[in-house]
Amino acid sequence: MQEFFQQVVSGIAIGGIFASLALALVLIYNAMGLVNFAQGEMAMFATFVAYALINRGMSYWIAFPITLVLAFGGGILIQRLVIKPVERAPVLTLVIITLGLATLVNGFAGFIFGYVPRSFPSPFSADSADLFGVFISYRDMGVIAVSGLVLLGVYLLLQRTTVGLTMRAAAHHPEASRLLGVQVSWMLALGWGLASAVGAVSGIMVAPILLLEPNMMQSIIIYAFAAAVLGGIESPLGAVIGGLIVGVTVNLAGAYLPGVGGDLQLAVGLAIIIAVLIARPNGLFGRAAIRRV
Amino acid sequence: MMPRLRNAPPRYWLVVIAVVFFLGFPTVISSFQSSLWAQALILAIAVMGLNILVGYSGQLSLGHGAFMALGAYTSAILAHRYKMDYLLTIPIATLFTGLVGFLFGFPALRLSPLYLALATFALAVVTPSLIKRPEGLTGGVQGIILIQPDPPPFASDLFAAVTGTAMTSDQWIYYISLFCALLLFWVAWNLVRHRPGRAMRALRDGEVAAAAYGVNIAGFKTLAFGISAFYAGIAGSLFGLATGFVSPDTFPVSLSIQLLVGAVVGGLASIPGPLLGAIFAYFLPIEANQWVPSQSWIPDQVASTVKNAGPAVSYGVLLILIMIFAPNGIVGLIRAGYDWLYRRLRGATDRETGQLPPDPQTV
Repeated sequence: MQEFFQQVVSGIAIGGIFASLALALVLIYNAMGLVNFAQGEMAMFATFVAYALINRGMSYWIAFPITLVLAFGGGILIQRLVIKPVERAPVLTLVIITLGLATLVNGFAGFIFGYVPRSFPSPFSADSADLFGVFISYRDMGVIAVSGLVLLGVYLLLQRTTVGLTMRAAAHHPEASRLLGVQVSWMLALGWGLASAVGAVSGIMVAPILLLEPNMMQSIIIYAFAAAVLGGIESPLGAVIGGLIVGVTVNLAGAYLPGVGGDLQLAVGLAIIIAVLIARPNGLFGRAAIRRV
Repeated sequence: MMPRLRNAPPRYWLVVIAVVFFLGFPTVISSFQSSLWAQALILAIAVMGLNILVGYSGQLSLGHGAFMALGAYTSAILAHRYKMDYLLTIPIATLFTGLVGFLFGFPALRLSPLYLALATFALAVVTPSLIKRPEGLTGGVQGIILIQPDPPPFASDLFAAVTGTAMTSDQWIYYISLFCALLLFWVAWNLVRHRPGRAMRALRDGEVAAAAYGVNIAGFKTLAFGISAFYAGIAGSLFGLATGFVSPDTFPVSLSIQLLVGAVVGGLASIPGPLLGAIFAYFLPIEANQWVPSQSWIPDQVASTVKNAGPAVSYGVLLILIMIFAPNGIVGLIRAGYDWLYRRLRGATDRETGQLPPDPQTV
């Protein structure tokens, strides 16, 4: 039983990482009705930036916010350069472009940083604390705390500030917002920047667990897809809860299901995606799309 | 017959020229080169399948590498474990993959293209690990080594009569691939010109409007997915034959991306597009691999990185640039260039005779 709880807690920790990346996906989906296939690769690239900063002797807690700011700027830059010219194009075009972006960023990271896996430092000690008989590593606790703070920050930004309100308005009613003087296109860019920064957190959190290399996020993005689909792809809260459920499910499946484990855990992610899409395409918190014809 | 030939539009002659070219090509290139071109033709079959799905019916699959893997492994297992003639396994593998694709298409009915892209992308990422697991069946990480067939006497004799050398199995596989490619391109051409093609295009351009005109949306979506999986299956089966082995690493995610690059670069919703796009997408990394080490100004340490990262970077840049600036790919550019030239030439003669071309709005 104790082992079961330990698996659940480490599942919550990894689930927090999935939740951050899933939230990044939801932010962009809400802004322009698009799943950003490059989200994982952008997070991977930001993690490499953090790695480079720390390697230059910068302390972890200074490199972390600097990376987030750079990721924010990078997200805005990508939106301006690549997405803006096709803002009104069909979804098919946009998805192919984000896929091209994913391939490009992946190759670019390999080009600059190479394909040798590197170990990434974690600011939290690897020791465990005894909490009512369940041993929880400080690392897991740190990951849960950081992810929780980021998710809370995004929630406050979107729900409690004027910028957040404007961003939501621009996403849901672009025409009306434009009439009220909102610069819709820049709000979309802001959404991309925010998503990029939130995604970067997931990359930096997961890098000490996996090893840092250009294909690091390839499996994480599948879990994030699963989390976003499970939660309902337009619901930020759903993404967080979906992330936690996926994290715990995958961890428990790896530990207790015979034959699952190692790289086949990823198949659990695929199974979740397909099961949700068949049984409840709008996810747990999504609303059925109603269209006027 | 003669008037029909004389009135045939130029594109019919282009088809004839292309067929003659591909028939004669192995007689002038080496056996190894033929093997590469066979693989490019095989890739063209898979890209054609993807084009039917993406270009004509407006659904996005990022997992066609997985269907290729299914076709390849079905053939390989039948040939290796059950000692069937490999050529006989090809139709079985193709039909099986088509059926699986058809079944996979069922949930796709109620999904938006976005969700379909998501699910198929996940499928492509998971495929290599799924293949590795049942080791007794698939040979695990090692994969399965296949015996390439010898050319039959009639083909070998004919080839020897033309070139003076005996036909190798690589050249025989080239002709098998060419035969399949021609057949499947002809099928695709007929498909898109007739009722199914019109229905698919209608549902691509407006699902509700298509339904109002009596198009069976669910049926044609599933059909499109099944057909494109069918194409991917035969391509996978032939691919195993051409490379001589199948392993999980033969079918990485990047294969699915390569297929998409082929479809987009060549030109979505066109028949010659997949051929041009596949040749391009297949030879780009190979040529880059040969070109990069030959450049002495690139240091050796950098060269290996460039070799690894180069194809991904160029694929990415191409996908983005083509989708933004030339959504109809190479074929679209050629067509635009031809129209421009045609108008220039026609416009010039019209001015000489004093006749202005009719106002396009009144026609």
